[in-house]
Amino acid sequence: MKYQSQSIARLYFIAAIALFIGQILFGVTMGLQYVWGDFLFPAIPFNVARMVHTNLLIVWLLFGFMGAAYYLIPEESERELFAPWLAKLMFWIFLVAGALTILGYLLVPYATLAEMTMDDLLPTMGREFLEQPTITKIGIVIVALAFLFNIGMTILTGRKTVINLVLLTGLTGLAVFFLFAFYVPDNLVLDKYFWWFVVHLWVEGVWELIMASMLAYVLIKVTGVDREVIEKWLYIIIAMALISGLVGTGHHFFWIGTPDYWQWLGSIFSALEPIPFFMMTLFAFNVVNKRRRNHPNKAAVLWALGTAVMAFLGAGVWGFLHTLAPVNFYTHGTQITAAHGHMAFYGAYVMVNLTVISYAMPIIRGKQANNERAQVIEMWSFWLMTVSMVFITLFLTGAGILQVYLQRYSEAPLPFIVVQEKLALFYWLREFAGLVFLVGLILYVYSFFAKGKEVEIVEDLDMKKAVTS
Amino acid sequence: MACPNTVLCMSSIPTSSETAVIENEPKLLPGDLAIWFFIFMELLVFAIAFLAYAIMRAQHVELFNQYQLTLNKESGAANTILLITSSYFVIRAVHAIRADQVKACINNLYIAVGFGTGFLLLKSLEYYDKFSEGIGMSTNTFYMFYLSLTLFHFFHVILGMVILFAVIIKAKQGKYSASNHTGVETGASYWHMVDLVWIILFPLVYIIR
Repeated sequence: MKYQSQSIARLYFIAAIALFIGQILFGVTMGLQYVWGDFLFPAIPFNVARMVHTNLLIVWLLFGFMGAAYYLIPEESERELFAPWLAKLMFWIFLVAGALTILGYLLVPYATLAEMTMDDLLPTMGREFLEQPTITKIGIVIVALAFLFNIGMTILTGRKTVINLVLLTGLTGLAVFFLFAFYVPDNLVLDKYFWWFVVHLWVEGVWELIMASMLAYVLIKVTGVDREVIEKWLYIIIAMALISGLVGTGHHFFWIGTPDYWQWLGSIFSALEPIPFFMMTLFAFNVVNKRRRNHPNKAAVLWALGTAVMAFLGAGVWGFLHTLAPVNFYTHGTQITAAHGHMAFYGAYVMVNLTVISYAMPIIRGKQANNERAQVIEMWSFWLMTVSMVFITLFLTGAGILQVYLQRYSEAPLPFIVVQEKLALFYWLREFAGLVFLVGLILYVYSFFAKGKEVEIVEDLDMKKAVTS
Repeated sequence: MACPNTVLCMSSIPTSSETAVIENEPKLLPGDLAIWFFIFMELLVFAIAFLAYAIMRAQHVELFNQYQLTLNKESGAANTILLITSSYFVIRAVHAIRADQVKACINNLYIAVGFGTGFLLLKSLEYYDKFSEGIGMSTNTFYMFYLSLTLFHFFHVILGMVILFAVIIKAKQGKYSASNHTGVETGASYWHMVDLVWIILFPLVYIIR
């Protein structure tokens, strides 16, 4: 670790992983509720568990992004963080606000939470994923502004690289698009437009910039490949992500009362959205093949490659599966969407966060990489989580196809709830895969504490060649 | 640069310091390889859109024929000439920089941008006409395609001009010469793509019946 202030990332990473555990606990809870409807009822009804599951995901990913930014931006900018104290203060504000919000979801009925937080003054509650009370949303904006100010000043007064500028652009976009969460038109169609301007433009727009720059940073560090090569890839990837992703928002506007040209725009542009992810896969493998050193942190390299592959599968392939309007006519809002959502979020954003944490955490703790045994455990956690996520996705896809057929395609369509009962086997299998995922996550956390033989320092392949030839 | 697999040979892109050395070798593609990935992506988007147009036209031949007549062919033809002319000046700019004539390169690029501006003005007048008649994306399928295809191209003309401007700025800073002008070729390649798309788009939407 070159700069003292990079260590602030540690706080963010620990909080991120803690919230991740919470997210998965609620995930397996609601997974069970799919087949055992009154499990934990009335304490934690399904709708609350779902809200907590998705909100924790978003919050922990944000913690991860911020931690990654605080770690990599001082190093890229070649200076200490502009205001380390501000980063620490914002951490505690964000954590307390986040914790209070989740407790609010769990302890009081949602309507009471709205009353307690005076939602009537500026009503923003009640929209999926953006359920946070208005005061929490204002808190998020304050934290985001302070965060952007802090990293922005660090970059502006330090070295500017493609990586830190792309990251800054992505994070600025993240903050700007969140502002649409404050605008809730009475017209339900307009309301959905603005809702998607947050949700879609985050995950299929600016977050891709954040992800690509985080991945590029780790790849530079673990492979020693020239920055210029990596930067060129980064340019192409973000250009493609933006071209396809921005107009690709249209794939959410097919059936919500919007003009029908969205079926064309949405289908054409979102059909191209897999391309930047495919480029990212090529990029990661190409760079690792051309590596000029064998970094001792093999687990981090595995995570980086895994991110590229799983993001392409989850976001790219599973997204394309149901993005064309004629297909989506049948699949809209079924378990196929859930399958795509799970693998895309895991493959792209969960894994890129784990990649950075896996790379940076040992360095923050004063060593180049975790010891060998810890890395073996971490790689086990990688495979357990990744393979179980593949199975979750496959089971949900199976459930989705059956659901589409029984509920929407067959000669005699059945009602939603009747179909749900017929999907029980898939849900049980998914729940089992979810438990395996939880085991993988526990192993991941344990790997940071596992004792073992310390690893050697960086091995430079160029040097090795020079010596042996 | 004769690479069997361009994608995997990404790292063999000449860096700015290397460019000067290998400039004499015959290259597969002019300009930076990265722009060709971008151009390929752009052409793919337009190709899919043109295909969608063709399929929809086949299903609604009469509607498309009827409303195609309402388009301003003269304005479209004039715009085609404007873009082709601007591409000619971009070529002259590349030739100028290869002969080490920085000043001539910059002037030719300015003229090219000028013709690009002419295109945007003429196209805006066309849009003004259509919009003032109350025509929009939802009027019918033909206008939906006409507006979205030409508007998408319109934005590409703007982006192409931004790129040419960036080349002008760097040329003014003395960054290009006979031995190092990858940037000029890169900008030129993109501009030709914008031109090429229009040359397909114009007959497809305005003329072919």
